[in-house]
Formats: sequence, C-alpha cells, structure tokens
Amino acid sequence: MIRRNTIPFGPQHPVLPEPIQLHLVMENEKIIQALPAVGYIHRGLEKIAEKKDYIQDVYLAERICGICSFMHSQNYCQGIEELMKVQIPDRAKYLRVIWAETHRIHSHLLILGLLADAFGFENLFMRLWKVREQILNIMEKTTGARVILGVCAIGGVKRDITPELSEYILRELEAVEKQLPELMDSLLKDYSVKQRLIGVGVLPKDKAHELGAVGPVARASGLRMDLRETGYAAYGDLDFKMVVGEAGDCYDRTMVRVKELYTSLDLIRAALKRMPQGPISVAVKGSPPADEVLARIEQPRGELNFYIRGNGTRNLERFRVRTPTFANLPALLHQLTGCELADVPVIAICIDPCVSCTER
Amino acid sequence: MTVVPKFNKSPWVVHFNCNSCNGCDIEFLACLTPLYDLERFGILHVGNPKHADVLVVTGSVNHRNARVLKNVYDQMPDPKVVVAMGVCASTGGIFADGYNVLGGVDKVIPVDVFVPGCPARPEAMIDGVLKGAQVLQAKHSGKTPLAEKHVLTRTPTPVDAPAVLEKGASHA
Repeated sequence: MIRRNTIPFGPQHPVLPEPIQLHLVMENEKIIQALPAVGYIHRGLEKIAEKKDYIQDVYLAERICGICSFMHSQNYCQGIEELMKVQIPDRAKYLRVIWAETHRIHSHLLILGLLADAFGFENLFMRLWKVREQILNIMEKTTGARVILGVCAIGGVKRDITPELSEYILRELEAVEKQLPELMDSLLKDYSVKQRLIGVGVLPKDKAHELGAVGPVARASGLRMDLRETGYAAYGDLDFKMVVGEAGDCYDRTMVRVKELYTSLDLIRAALKRMPQGPISVAVKGSPPADEVLARIEQPRGELNFYIRGNGTRNLERFRVRTPTFANLPALLHQLTGCELADVPVIAICIDPCVSCTER
Repeated sequence: MTVVPKFNKSPWVVHFNCNSCNGCDIEFLACLTPLYDLERFGILHVGNPKHADVLVVTGSVNHRNARVLKNVYDQMPDPKVVVAMGVCASTGGIFADGYNVLGGVDKVIPVDVFVPGCPARPEAMIDGVLKGAQVLQAKHSGKTPLAEKHVLTRTPTPVDAPAVLEKGASHA
C-alpha cells in the first residue's frame, strides 16, 4: 500500500548549521516532491545597503555570507570600480586573487568536511577541518582576521603581502598539500563513500543547463562554466585550468571540488610569484554616477551576480544580489525528486548550499 | 582551578542559526574541531534541543524565525542557559536597521551570556560557553544566574516581540 505523507526537513536540523527548510512529500521511502520554504534568515540586506554610504556597503556586502565573505566584497568593489571608472593597481588585483583563492580552499574543505559528516564519516570531517585551520592561519597572518577579512576596499586592497609573508604562505601551502592526498583518497576511493555518492542525485548535462545550475554543480554535469576564464582581476595572467566532470552525480561534484583545491593552490603560488611591485590602492573620490552595472564573479559555489545602480549621491539607488545557491536550488529540487529519504542530507550538502547568501 | 564547574552532567550544546551570515556558525563549528576542541571540557554538540543544556544562538531575530527560536528554547529541559554568539545575536549588529530584524536574541528569549565579535573568535566562544556552564550550575543549585543584566547599546526596532510571536503562530 502506498502511503503519502509530508516530512518537514528543517529549519533546525543537524545536517547543516543553516536553517533551510524543505517540505518533502513522500510515498513510502521515495520523495515525489520537495518544496523549499525560505525566509528564516532574511535580513533585508539590499534595503540596508541603500541606507548606508557606498563605502560602508563594502563591509555590508562582506557580511552577505561569512564563508565566502572576501569574494562578496571583491565583487562589490569591482562593480563600483567599473561604475566609477576607477583603474586599480595591478598588485591589488593579484592580492585579491590570493585572498579569493584562499577563501575558495577554505570553503571547499569546509563543505567536503560537512559532506563527510553527512554520510557519517566523522573522523574525516575532523581531519579536513584540521587542515582548514592552516588556511585560516594564512588569512589571519595576512589580514588579521580569520573569516571576515575586511581587506578589500574600493580602489584596491588595504593590506600588502610582504616577501616574508609570501614565504610563510608558500610553506603553509606546501604543508597543506602534503596532507591532502591521504584525505582525498578517503573521499574519492573509499568503498563505502563511493556507495553513498556514485549515482546519487544525478543531474544530466541538458537538465543542468535548463535549470540554470552554476558553479561546481554545473561543472560536474559537464557544463564548461567558470567565470575565472573571463580573466577578471588577475586571472587572465595566471594559467587557470577549469575542472569539469561528466556524470553529474554527487561523486563528480565532490571530485570537482577536490580537484579545484589543487587548482586554487596552484593559482595562489602563481599569483605570489608573478605579483608586480607597486602601490596596492588608489584614492577614490566622488560618488557612483547615475548608471548601472552588473558585476559577476566566480565564488566557491558558482556565479555571483551583483546589480548596482547609483544615482549620483553617496547612497546607492539599488543593490541586488543573486547568489549561486539561489541558482542551484531548482537543480537541488530536481535531484531530490525520486530519491530516497536517507540520501537527502548528502544531496543537499553536495550542492554546497549557502542559505545566508540566498536569503540575504 | 576547575575550568568547568562541578555539575552532575556535562553541559551539552545545541546550536541554532537565527539570522546569521554564517561567519559565527563556521567559527562555532571550528570550536568543535581538533584545534579548539570544545569536547575536552565534556561539552558535546547535539542536534536535539531536548538533550541540550546550553542553547548557542548566532544571528539576530527576524519576524519569521522568532517563533522557531522560541520553540527550540521551550523544548529544552530546565535548567537551561542561552549564549548569544556575536554582535548580531546581542544587538542586531550591522543588520539592526533591517526592516524585518527585531534585534538581539533577548527580544524573544532570556539570554545569560553575550559574546561580542563579528564574528566572535573561537577563543571568545569557548569562554562564552564555559561561562554559560557556570550559569547553568548556579541555576541548578537554585541560585540567581551569574550573568548581569545586559543593557542594549541601541534599540533596533520598536516592534513588540510577543506580538510577532502570535502573528508567526497564525501562519504556521
């Protein structure tokens, strides 16, 4: 006999520290429909941004999300710089790449750890987070903060990386890279882990395109989409190679993230090596003109869009945020339909959801 | 000197993300991982509020999650302690001006310990949870809580929290 019932998943649940709520309509053990309910962490950020000064908004943009905070401020600054036609020094571009890529490594390690926790591999979770602390040490040593850095500013960055710090970063990256193979083997080659990931939450290439998936979710399905290829900041000068999967299941999404860890390590090393000497910021005067700009950037979770419109005063006319998790939610709902209840945490974690970004 | 007060149970912690930007949440999770390791004090992170003695809240309260927060708080057995992590949970922080933000967690539930910082550092969080454990012991032995009454530095919004709680219950 088929019995249909609805299970509320969240907002308070142990899988994710964030309050995402899904109403799962079940037929026995199978999910036939997943309905998201959002708004638990809506902070009205876009409206607050209109009240504040456009320079204060850098700090506000940074607090859209604590995990990829630097990239939010970077995207906002890039948008404002384009709007006000400010040319920033080359060294600032390289420094932005270094901090953005350290953020990507810490974000990927974080989500891989949470994924390990979701399928019950707590030891791996703890060890991945231990490695992550070394990345946070790099951020703390170079900027003075662990998570929300506050170093990006309109016109450049606020802190420089001295040669001594650069050597320290290279040493730490070496130490991190040494520990990675063992951990990544447990994620990608372990029999039980494979059983939980291969063939789970499949998103075919055409469906990924149709639903507008972005970031590692789209790339794992075989879509070649990475904004770093457009060469914003200093990415154009660094040899960036995109990581693409093909199967579009949870395993490929994990693999894409693992390979991106190595890409990011290489990018930081290359950026430290090729970074030109010179000033790290230029003074910015005036206010954003009455014009509009769409700023885009590749975040750990995918493409991040900011729409910024100025009106000639120090306040913005409109600030709109479209985050990658928002774009990936339709893909998540598609994957959940037809899966088993026990797979929900793994599938939900595998799109790397950031609800704080999504609800702003 | 004993860091954790003598108590017939290890203080177990449940974490609730109210309206946070994730900064405090990942820092609190970092407290549980090998470098900071809150578990060495016997403090265990649990998912079920019915098993917990200490409620750690990150982020401010808004109209939608006030009811959920109250629910989580009500489900915890007495005596219980609430630790507000970070400035958002204490006063609303940078989001205090938001049109739907009620302010700090103390607008909805009584708070025993406030931990400052944006985000609070893991060391401060560990200190906050241990202070919470002391308050828990005091409450357990029938004494008045150790934490002094906190004074908000600003009043974020004039909205009355109980009214919102009732309103939230209607569209549940």
